[in-house]
Amino acid sequence: MEQVRLTIDGKEVVTTSDRTILEAAREAGVRVPSLCYEERMDPYGACRICLVEVEGARGLLPACYTKVTDGMVVRTATEDLARIRRTILELILSDHPKDCMTCESAGDCELQDLAYEYGVKETSYKGEEHHYEVLADNPLIERDYDKCILCGRCIRICREVQGVGVYDFVNRGFESVPGIPYGKPMTESPCEFCGQCVSTCPTGAIISIPSKGKGRSWQVEKVRTTCPYCGCGCQLDLHVRDGEIIEVSSPVMVGPGEGNLCVKGRYGYGFVHHPDRLTQPLVRKGGKGGELVPATWEEALGAVAGHIRKAMDEGGPDSVAFLASARCTNEENYLMQKLARAVVGTNNVDHCARL
Amino acid sequence: MTNSIDDLEKADCILVIGSNTTEGHPIIGLRIKRAVMKNGCRLIVAEPRHIRLCYYAGQWIRQKPGTDVALLNGMMNVILSEGLADEDFIRERTEGFEEFRKTVEQYPPERAAEICGVEAEEIRRAARTFASAESAAIVYAMGITQHTTGVDNVLSLANLAMLTGNLGKEGAGVNPLRGQNNVQGACDMGGLPNVFTGYQPVSDPKVREKFEAAWGVDYLPGNPGLTLTEMTDAAHRGDVKVLYIMGENPVISDPDIRHLKEALERVEFLVVQDIFLTETAAYADVVLPSASFAEKEGTFTNTDRRVQRVRKAVEPPGEAREDSWIIAQVAARLGYDMGYISAEKVMEEIASLTPSYGGISYQRLEKEGELRWPCPDAEHPGTPILHVGKFTRGKGLFSAVEYKPPAEEPDEEYPFILTTGRLLAHYHTGSMTRRVEPLNELVPRNRVWINPADAERLGVADGDEVGLQSRRGAIKLEAKVTRKVSEGVVFVPFHFGESPANALTNSALDPVAKIPELKVAAVRVLAGEDAKGVTYDMA
Ligand code: SF4
Ligand code: SF4
Ligand code: SF4
Ligand code: FES
Repeated sequence: MEQVRLTIDGKEVVTTSDRTILEAAREAGVRVPSLCYEERMDPYGACRICLVEVEGARGLLPACYTKVTDGMVVRTATEDLARIRRTILELILSDHPKDCMTCESAGDCELQDLAYEYGVKETSYKGEEHHYEVLADNPLIERDYDKCILCGRCIRICREVQGVGVYDFVNRGFESVPGIPYGKPMTESPCEFCGQCVSTCPTGAIISIPSKGKGRSWQVEKVRTTCPYCGCGCQLDLHVRDGEIIEVSSPVMVGPGEGNLCVKGRYGYGFVHHPDRLTQPLVRKGGKGGELVPATWEEALGAVAGHIRKAMDEGGPDSVAFLASARCTNEENYLMQKLARAVVGTNNVDHCARL
Repeated sequence: MTNSIDDLEKADCILVIGSNTTEGHPIIGLRIKRAVMKNGCRLIVAEPRHIRLCYYAGQWIRQKPGTDVALLNGMMNVILSEGLADEDFIRERTEGFEEFRKTVEQYPPERAAEICGVEAEEIRRAARTFASAESAAIVYAMGITQHTTGVDNVLSLANLAMLTGNLGKEGAGVNPLRGQNNVQGACDMGGLPNVFTGYQPVSDPKVREKFEAAWGVDYLPGNPGLTLTEMTDAAHRGDVKVLYIMGENPVISDPDIRHLKEALERVEFLVVQDIFLTETAAYADVVLPSASFAEKEGTFTNTDRRVQRVRKAVEPPGEAREDSWIIAQVAARLGYDMGYISAEKVMEEIASLTPSYGGISYQRLEKEGELRWPCPDAEHPGTPILHVGKFTRGKGLFSAVEYKPPAEEPDEEYPFILTTGRLLAHYHTGSMTRRVEPLNELVPRNRVWINPADAERLGVADGDEVGLQSRRGAIKLEAKVTRKVSEGVVFVPFHFGESPANALTNSALDPVAKIPELKVAAVRVLAGEDAKGVTYDMA
């Protein structure tokens, strides 16, 4: 890997030879549009929206695919390029439903953003339009190929990143879409319901069913946290609207998962708002055979402290035992063992690590 | 883990043993798959069951449950006899080699193969692949530790890594995957009977003095306390009178449920602090409603020692409160003022008392996102790989480990080996995922996996209801007939409260780590009319 110096839109950029023009440009703060490119996958070079001018090169080059070389002079924002990009967008939009007002992905759609940026409203290409059936053959993922722009990201992320390969381009020519071979439902495919395909689809063609109609990207607050399930520790963004978690995503190239999650991390948040949640302390009335009935915190905490005190007095500190938790935070576990050791005076503290 | 999750993609060879990684630790499974697909890493899977990783593996060894020591000794025997060991590493960085070698010499591949129920050639091949790789990583999980020989298994893996010089460098290491999100953190924080935070022993008077001064108390006990399993026994005997459980559901996760339930009934006073009325909470005398992960501030430490933030996104429902508030309230009523409990302040206290967490602060986590301990001071960048150049204890110690059979082996009465594990869509005791509608819809019920040959012999068809019985209990559930388990073995996931695998499992313990043998028990399968009478009564 060597150091490379190049110029992008008049800016001196220093980077390494393993970088593509797109990566180097973004690192330098120059925005180059892309559609089929995403950081989690190898470049694919299919959509051509990232074409740039390189001095001395024959024709335009896809920035996502072309490696930088020393002394390269790149232009990313000329009038010619804008015209070409507009044409590409018009072609895409000529076979794309214009129903952004109800589309789940509005506000979080790369196609919408580019149409906005390049001012593409009407398309001069009037041709045949697709009308596919919306596929919701499982509880989590819905596919509407009317909105598909054939970028191949879903196919590639499932194959390259998830290592599964549920989708492939099916049919030929104009009818080509990224389907599941033989039209099988997702529940009968090897799909692991990780939702990686949902997370990468640049449009509203693949969406999460549990989040449908729950909120727009600009109506939610995103709170970065750590997954509560397994020990991988993936980073989550909880999308919160009116005090409710309505969706979970993961920041791309951040944390152990680098933006990838499993079915539990992405879709396992519903328990937080489940009606079974305990909402007040319970105290058993009438001895061991009795019932658990709601109580005040004062009453419940008093009973806990009273029994601990009594056991300490009668049987010594070691007649009290504590189970800390592999589910709770470090801080809570720390306080729990402090309660056992400093306050009660016993080392009887363990948790379910072994299980 | 001695190495990091990212580092796995640098390995030339990965041995996955006792871990169904793609379901138990999906994102690590993803990294392993990618190492194979992108970098041509050679994957060896040693696992009694056919798991998804077998599709990516160059070699799948299907050893009998509970025979890992024999398998590993067999591999090491080959490595030694074929001159594939890393002599320099052994000479410079380890001790105890001679005795170890004498033991391993007793395990020629033919003998090991016989114990494991595999071919000697498979053991030879795996040994050669592993030992000839530039860097080879070992990944394991509860399939290694949840045995009466759990510690022996782990020591054997350490032997293998040392023998081939695969410690303290990139793409190598011995990498245990911790089951739950913050097992690592709960251990680091001293949620163990013999250590304070950062594994500082309670028996060390100097350490006790430090904590006494910091906590403002005159005396801290120096004798190690009881482990979970010992607590259960002590509660049974009446020696433990108050049991205070925070956020755990041992009634489903513990082996030999009947014994545990009796203990919970017998203990004078049981406190359970949780977000749901779990199977365990149903036994409590007081239930304290706590906040979920989304309703509080804090940190978790993941399996590669990464400390990362937990942030509050929503309010807890009703009167539910953060666990830290509840603990401080109990302490206050016992006459101890924990002071103002903000998670950030607590982390400051942890850092001040714990050398390996010394440099960790919320301020840094805000900026850097994650920090891997050991991180002794504010300038330290954290430690992605342990034991570089030198082991924590100086030299790596080889252990001479003999194969011992599992505590319970199949016999005429209980002819099947039961092994337990996880499913992708559910988690641990199911108290969370079973309450997530789409997940429960994907996998709504428990099923026992049984080999087609066994099923045919018993007259069981896919989808039939069958009973499973062990010396400790019985459950009823649906049969899934699949070649993914071998003949004579049945598999039951443990997430389901209505048919809990742990009603059957054996609580026999590893003598050192005190981990129960959840991965091997002897059971019989009851089919047809015999299955009808089987009931499991829920708590
Ligand atoms: S959910 Fe995951 S496994 Fe299923 S199709 Fe999408 S990327 Fe592939
Ligand atoms: S479904 Fe989405 S990700 Fe897949 S090819 Fe179409 S637009 Fe791209
Ligand atoms: S998203 Fe899945 S793999 Fe990642 S931490 Fe959560 S449970 Fe583990
Ligand atoms: S982003 Fe470069 S070709 Fe699609």
